[in-house]
Amino acid sequence: MYNFDVERPGTVADAAAAMGREDAQALGGGQTLIPTLKQRLASPSVLVSLTGIAEMAGVCTTDDGQVAIGGATTHGAVARDAASLYPGLAGLASHIGDPAVRNRGTIGGSLANNDPSACYPAAALGSGATIITNTRSIAADDYFQGMFTTALEEGEIITEVRFPVPEVSDYQKFVQPASRFALVGVFVAKYAGGVRVAVTGASNDGVFRWSEAEAALSSDFSADAVKGLSLSGDNMISDLHGTGAYRAHLVGVMTGRAVTNAA
Amino acid sequence: MPKDSGIGASTKRREDVRFLTGAGNYTDDINIRGQAHVYFLRSDVAHGTLDNVDTSAAEGMPGVVKIFTGADFEAVGGMPCGWQVTDKHGEPMQEPKHPVLAHGKVRHVGEPIAAVVADTLAQARDAAEAIVVDISDLPAVIDMKAAVSDGATKVHDDLTSNLCYDWGFVEENKAATDEAFDKAAHVTTLELVNNRLVANPMEPRVAVGDYARGTGDHTLYTTSQNPHVIRLLMGAFVLGIPEHKLRVVAPDVGGGFGTKIFHYQEEAFCTFAAKACNRPVKWTSSRTEAFMSDAHGRDHVTRIELALDAENNFTALRTETYANMGAYLSTFAPSVPTWLHGTLMAGNYKTPLIYVNVKAVFTNTVPVDAYRGAGRPEATFQLERVIDKAARELKVDPIALRRQNFVTEFPYATPVAVEYDTGDYVATMDKLEEIADLSGFDARRKASEARGMLRGLGVNCYIEACGIAPSNLVGQLGARAGLYESATVRVNATGGLVVMTGSHSHGQGHETAFPQVIADMIGIDESMIEVVHGDTANTPMGMGTYGSRSLAVGGSAMVRATEKIIAKAKKIAGHILEASDEDIELKDGTFSVAGTDKSLAWGDVTLAAYVPHNYPLEDLEPGLEETAFYDPSNFTYPAGAYACEVEVDPETGKVTIEAFTAVDDFGNVVNPMIVTGQVHGGLAQGIGQALLENCAYDENGQLLSASYMDYAMPRADDLPFYQVDHSCQTPCTHNPLGVKGCGEAGAIGSPPSVVNAVVDALQSAGKDVTHIDMPLSPARVWAAMQ
Ligand SMILES: Cc1cc2nc3c(=O)[nH]c(=O)nc-3n(C[C@H](O)[C@H](O)[C@H](O)COP(=O)(O)OP(=O)(O)OC[C@H]3O[C@@H](n4cnc5c(N)ncnc54)[C@H](O)[C@@H]3O)c2cc1C
Repeated sequence: MYNFDVERPGTVADAAAAMGREDAQALGGGQTLIPTLKQRLASPSVLVSLTGIAEMAGVCTTDDGQVAIGGATTHGAVARDAASLYPGLAGLASHIGDPAVRNRGTIGGSLANNDPSACYPAAALGSGATIITNTRSIAADDYFQGMFTTALEEGEIITEVRFPVPEVSDYQKFVQPASRFALVGVFVAKYAGGVRVAVTGASNDGVFRWSEAEAALSSDFSADAVKGLSLSGDNMISDLHGTGAYRAHLVGVMTGRAVTNAA
Repeated sequence: MPKDSGIGASTKRREDVRFLTGAGNYTDDINIRGQAHVYFLRSDVAHGTLDNVDTSAAEGMPGVVKIFTGADFEAVGGMPCGWQVTDKHGEPMQEPKHPVLAHGKVRHVGEPIAAVVADTLAQARDAAEAIVVDISDLPAVIDMKAAVSDGATKVHDDLTSNLCYDWGFVEENKAATDEAFDKAAHVTTLELVNNRLVANPMEPRVAVGDYARGTGDHTLYTTSQNPHVIRLLMGAFVLGIPEHKLRVVAPDVGGGFGTKIFHYQEEAFCTFAAKACNRPVKWTSSRTEAFMSDAHGRDHVTRIELALDAENNFTALRTETYANMGAYLSTFAPSVPTWLHGTLMAGNYKTPLIYVNVKAVFTNTVPVDAYRGAGRPEATFQLERVIDKAARELKVDPIALRRQNFVTEFPYATPVAVEYDTGDYVATMDKLEEIADLSGFDARRKASEARGMLRGLGVNCYIEACGIAPSNLVGQLGARAGLYESATVRVNATGGLVVMTGSHSHGQGHETAFPQVIADMIGIDESMIEVVHGDTANTPMGMGTYGSRSLAVGGSAMVRATEKIIAKAKKIAGHILEASDEDIELKDGTFSVAGTDKSLAWGDVTLAAYVPHNYPLEDLEPGLEETAFYDPSNFTYPAGAYACEVEVDPETGKVTIEAFTAVDDFGNVVNPMIVTGQVHGGLAQGIGQALLENCAYDENGQLLSASYMDYAMPRADDLPFYQVDHSCQTPCTHNPLGVKGCGEAGAIGSPPSVVNAVVDALQSAGKDVTHIDMPLSPARVWAAMQ
């Protein structure tokens, strides 16, 4: 690590102000950022810790029935507190990393980082969530812009994420054997207006919606409906743990399983 | 009735109290007043000429004490290799220089180029970033077969090629073996890879060098499995420090698995720099450094052929193996694919003709050396896989084929130079069939299939050789060291004992098991006995712990020393009791005169030894302390039979282990609980190799699996509840305890049964899959099914 200052604001306004300092960087649970600092791969001059901001923590239901999660809410809290409100989302949160990771890591940190193998991006995109920052609201469909790339501006803070609650949903994660991130993860959510299917872990472009599966499932919500569909492995991640073709195949299998589990 | 103390009792591990309550004393816990820290600047290029290392900008940075480069070590010997292999033409292996810090060239990612000693680690790291290194890249030599092809880039310019040696074993058997293949009714051939592994002990390596200016004494604290070996190698060959001016201490060590046997540059550096800087110098490896500087394991590519006659008797075995040495020869690297591998190729079978060819190859990768099992897992894997394949080809039951070819008469001289003293392979296989409930497999397969899963059963046998010995033989085979073990038993005046052993415990439980043996011999409580190990200043010269040798060799030395103690104590008792020492009996800690009611307590005799008022001073020296060095006459040969049941998800290729049974014959067992624990750990590593672990390089020599994000370690939920049995016991005939060694068995015996089981599962679904290279990741299994 290089040396840095730490700010611990108590409000979003103070946090936003602190983020104005030169080379400031937001610190959520530190599960991604701290290892990066230890490796000396980043050198912020000030870390703005968001986990002491009460208005950014917790799970609640909004007036229009959405589940709202504070940007600094830990995965563990979501797993616990969203269990009855949005079981598919809580289930996803309960399988991120290990207990230590879940008790530190935050939804805002995960979405800001947008790791191509992370779980939350699939839930946010698969639910058509809204990412709310200190300055604006961003629809999930506009938010994810490729591996480690998002619509966030420099210094912008995710304060809350709002999830429309589906009739049924499920997340199927096929773990990469070493990291246990998603080698392929598929989030399926069935809404009155149609089905959304979001895929993480697989594509070189990061999380994406599988529109063919959405169309098929919107007319027939069953695993059989996606059996005949296939994706090309061409633009899929190919690494030590699996080829693009394997990942493409897994997307189909995991989608079918998510539908079966959700239905 | 299970015993509650002494040999055969599952005494709880006394050392665990300190390990589990944070009271251990590991090398990183050692901080010496005034110590400085070293940061090694390591190569991020696999192969290149080191044109310039400019430290000028770094020299004046805050906290910097001194910066070292390869030039500072030109006058110093290189890192030594402890085993010389002679090739099939009678020529010695090619042995490259191995500098402490890279000089002239860098040869693998992670090789240290410069070392910065500074007041703090952060300062050392800051300064290292200011060092400018110019490297002209050379093509990386990664693939072993390409490395030994004509015109290949050379890893070492001063060697004739990248071939370290081309070893034939037994060369005199070659013609007869080839002939047997010509006459065979059936030949089964298999090409396979034994995947490269990283040992990953929980505690990374640490070295602290200290130098006493007043006396000129050096001390090195290090994470080692064998401090005396480090003292000898580093003192005699690298730094030229005589043993009496060098103390090496390996305190509590958090796992070794082989990778802490070897002498590493960082140890030599810290010892050297402590004097050069006149300050203690400390290095603690980061996990990232461990991946690219701890010696790796395995990494063989093999073609094996098995010849059978018309009755399915094995008639000959022939192998060709490429063994990766990495960029330099680590301490015992040459011995692993040869004497620890070729000698085991007979396995549990009476194959009359065997020829093993091994080509050891230099590549631009981290040096490869012994890792739990070392050579024996590679031998077992090939043999037990090819037998399984043969059974399939011949459409015979794989267990029956094994049974038919078992060695059944002992002692048995194999065609690969070793003689098995005892064993009962039929008994272990019978036991396996019983407790693994193999007859119930078909029903379990049906139940799995009803859930859409493929179920497979894999069985294999193994034999291994532990307690490598005797010294005069291994000397002929190229060892540059003896392989005895030592113990000093010191009895204190009030009757307590200290055993100073040359063995070293880094998790094995010596502090518990060794006292169990002595407690039985004397008839006193285990708590009266303490084990001291790991410090060259207070233990006799010993060879340390690896190759499952501690109890068989080190324990035997301890028994011999204790026998001397008892013999002397009997003389003292005889004198006091006015009887001949031949008439003195020792039982339950009491000396008595046979046929009388005259007796003396153990403590009375030990006190007399140190307060020799009524004592035969003319005939006997006072005191009660004895040392023994024990050099065994043969290896020990633990053996067993393992069964693995897997489920394969046909849609994803994911393998789960549903059941695993290990039946081992370890001879006599001192502490069954510790033995079970050793088998559990070995199985975790063997299953880890079979399903998960994969140390992979890309074609440029970059380590792809350089962290736990990509290197998959086995975790608790990857593993089943094992069934472990060691009730089949054929005691070793040539050590006083009748023990064989249990530390490596699990890692040696488990990979083939896992792979056999997966192949069986896929075959059950009509897939024409005869082999999949480890690790059997979901992606590989799925690809094999397509
Ligand atoms: C062992 C381990 C296993 C893991 N397994 C999984 C897994 O299975 N699935 C998975 O999805 N993830 C996994 N993770 C990642 C984990 O979920 C992290 O918590 C997450 O990626 C980052 O969240 P954080 O709160 O720790 O963010 P930090 O590490 O603190 O920050 C990450 C990035 O986000 C920025 N940031 C943080 N909070 C905000 C905010 N509110 N607004 C704007 N920017 C912000 C930071 O500046 C930084 O750039 C794992 C991590 C570890 C260490």
